[in-house]
Amino acid sequence: MTHPAAPVPPPPAPDPAPDPDPSTPAPALALRGLWKRFGDKVAVAGIDLDVPAGSFFGLVGPNGAGKTTTLSMATGLLRPDAGEVLVQGRSLWADPTAAKRLLGVLPDGVRLFDRLTGAQLITYAGLLRGMDRDTVAERTQDLLATLDLAADADTLVVDYSAGMTKKVALAAALIHAPRLLVLDEPFEAVDPVSAANIREILHAYVATGGTVIVSSHVMDLVQRMCDHVAVVAGGRLLAAGTVDDVRAGSTLEERFVDLVGGRRTGEGLAWLRTS
Amino acid sequence: MVAHLLRLKLTLLRNGLRRSAWQLVGLAFGALYAVGVLLIAVGGLVALRFVPSPDAAVVVTLAGSALVLGWWVVPLVATGVDSTLDPQRFATYAVPRRPLLTGLALAGLVGVPGAVTTVLALGTVVSWARGPATVVAAVVGAVLGVATCVVGARATTATLAGVVGSRRFRDSAAVLVVVPLMLVGPILTALGGLLAAGVDALPGVARALSWTPLGAAWALPGAVAAGEWVGALGRLVVACATVALLAAAWSRALTRALVQPPSSGRSASRSRGLGAFGRVPAGPTWAVAARCLVYWRRDPRYAGSLVVVPVLPLVLAFVSADGSRALMLVAAPVAALLLGWAISADIAFDSTAFALHVSSAVPGAADRAGRALAAGLIAVPVVVVFAVGSVWWVGRWSDLAPVLGASLGILLTGLGLSSVISTRFVYPVPLPGQSPFATPSGSLGVSMLTQLLGFGALTVLVLPEVVLATVAVVGGSVLLGVVTLLVGLVLGGALLVGGLLLGARWYDRRSPELLQQVTAMA
Repeated sequence: MTHPAAPVPPPPAPDPAPDPDPSTPAPALALRGLWKRFGDKVAVAGIDLDVPAGSFFGLVGPNGAGKTTTLSMATGLLRPDAGEVLVQGRSLWADPTAAKRLLGVLPDGVRLFDRLTGAQLITYAGLLRGMDRDTVAERTQDLLATLDLAADADTLVVDYSAGMTKKVALAAALIHAPRLLVLDEPFEAVDPVSAANIREILHAYVATGGTVIVSSHVMDLVQRMCDHVAVVAGGRLLAAGTVDDVRAGSTLEERFVDLVGGRRTGEGLAWLRTS
Repeated sequence: MVAHLLRLKLTLLRNGLRRSAWQLVGLAFGALYAVGVLLIAVGGLVALRFVPSPDAAVVVTLAGSALVLGWWVVPLVATGVDSTLDPQRFATYAVPRRPLLTGLALAGLVGVPGAVTTVLALGTVVSWARGPATVVAAVVGAVLGVATCVVGARATTATLAGVVGSRRFRDSAAVLVVVPLMLVGPILTALGGLLAAGVDALPGVARALSWTPLGAAWALPGAVAAGEWVGALGRLVVACATVALLAAAWSRALTRALVQPPSSGRSASRSRGLGAFGRVPAGPTWAVAARCLVYWRRDPRYAGSLVVVPVLPLVLAFVSADGSRALMLVAAPVAALLLGWAISADIAFDSTAFALHVSSAVPGAADRAGRALAAGLIAVPVVVVFAVGSVWWVGRWSDLAPVLGASLGILLTGLGLSSVISTRFVYPVPLPGQSPFATPSGSLGVSMLTQLLGFGALTVLVLPEVVLATVAVVGGSVLLGVVTLLVGLVLGGALLVGGLLLGARWYDRRSPELLQQVTAMA
């Protein structure tokens, strides 16, 4: 990955929305009173959230805030105890098949079918979505080239580095040209050049009408990249809106620390000072 | 430091158990089994007390050598046997090497294999309770023997870590080790024959082993009992030198491991083109089938269940060599049983990669049919070849129809049943990348129960064609044979379709819950 970024071909444009209703554009994703408890630990305690169509949405929160649980419920991977998920106005949990067609998902911390080669994995994701063979082959080549994986297309994914694995998983999430992309920690372990490529793809995707949700705890990145942001902690939504509204004049990082709390100031670890 | 490491190991064991009740059940089963084996072994060792000492020496030396060999070799092929105290994990702590070595060695004794070995070693002291000199020699021998086991296991794993750690080695070694395992029966039979023919050879073997690192420690008390003081001294030297050399080798490997970052042996595997994906029709069903076909070939956990099959006729040929050749006729039905059952844990094998199926909203029918299709594409030719081959071997072509009927019936029924079971009972299996024989801790209870119930159900479902086939073969009725073939195909086909439909319904209803179940095991 030492060579400069190749010119980025345009990403597959999102398929047109199946039932465009110009009068009241439904939010790309709406969460209504989502609850999830594991044993006696409440992971998500009633989250309501609207992700406007065409937004680049950041979901931020400290470790264990319930980001991954929320996104899992929003993408049909985890059944909520209560609450509803609406993808462009359709209830995900009432009709998963229709809603999931609009969704592209990059989950965090799950394995891939890693005994497949990179090209096979992306092809598999396309064929699972019921796409025809020619389109799958064409988009697989595009995605491999764009994500800088062409040279490793025939390498088994199990032998990929962490960053390459992330990228091939992203390719598998993009192949059916979803209306809404949900990416859990997409930049973890990805090198700066690839990260810039991915950001460029995502921006182009949003510019053509797609919606992106990313979770991250890198505030700088979210502030630069996203136009909307939501802050969650302890399974609750603390703030949501445009990035400028939420940060209210200061930086997102300062605002985040204010909201979440838990910042310690003072003399801690005096013995660690070397002088 | 040593106490810390021991406590760490105990805590790991305890916390592991605390994770789930099933794990406790599993350990209870494992412990029960171990205790049973142990009681028999200790009983034997006590009984040895009343056997003339030269004979006792032969038995103890042979058994002890086998035990040592097991400790040295098994961890190499069975990854995940005990990596809880992997020295790599101590790389960032400034632990002095000597306490680290001692601590890790003693920690190796904590756990079922360590405890069993220790008890057995103590048992030999009873065998040699024939006088103060033999008791002292037995105690020294037992300590040295156990040390040889534990330090040897650490030394071999640490020294060969680089080779063994590479995925390619593990993938192939894990599969290759099955073949000798399968052949254990015939080998034992052959050994039995050898034993019957020449028990006289054993003392010679034991004598030779007693001078090697494997047997020296265990031969020590025998030599003392026989009054061979020079021989005893010689064995003591060999045993001590063995432990010292192993410790030195381990220490060196450990020093290297602590300063070198773990190498993953990155010799990336490549495979040109799309393989099976390029040859199947479009659509999710065939996509799933293509993916499974690739996995049957590349994932040692699948290959592990395949490699047993070709060995099957060999075993049967061996067993039936002098008796009735007709025994070979069961080769095809048994292969059908194994292959049909092989996909009963398919979703568990996927582990969390199954998330791709859930997020892509793969229809249950496509998932179920695709997996059964891949298994069928492999199994049907194998079963047909086995059926034809076994009938040819037996030389009665009139048996072909009933054998085919029973085999295909079992295969189709097994695939149907597996399609239902894998959507309902997700039992822990080795994770992707683990050895096919790494038993996930605590899984014993659940998987044994599932397999027991599954095989029970399968037996009932295939009863018609199996009974018909048996009657047809024994009675030599051609008409009944043809009826068996028809019944096997029709009944098996119906059960397959029924299983696929039911499995698909359950899958559609609970695929997110299935994902949660496999996530909990990862």
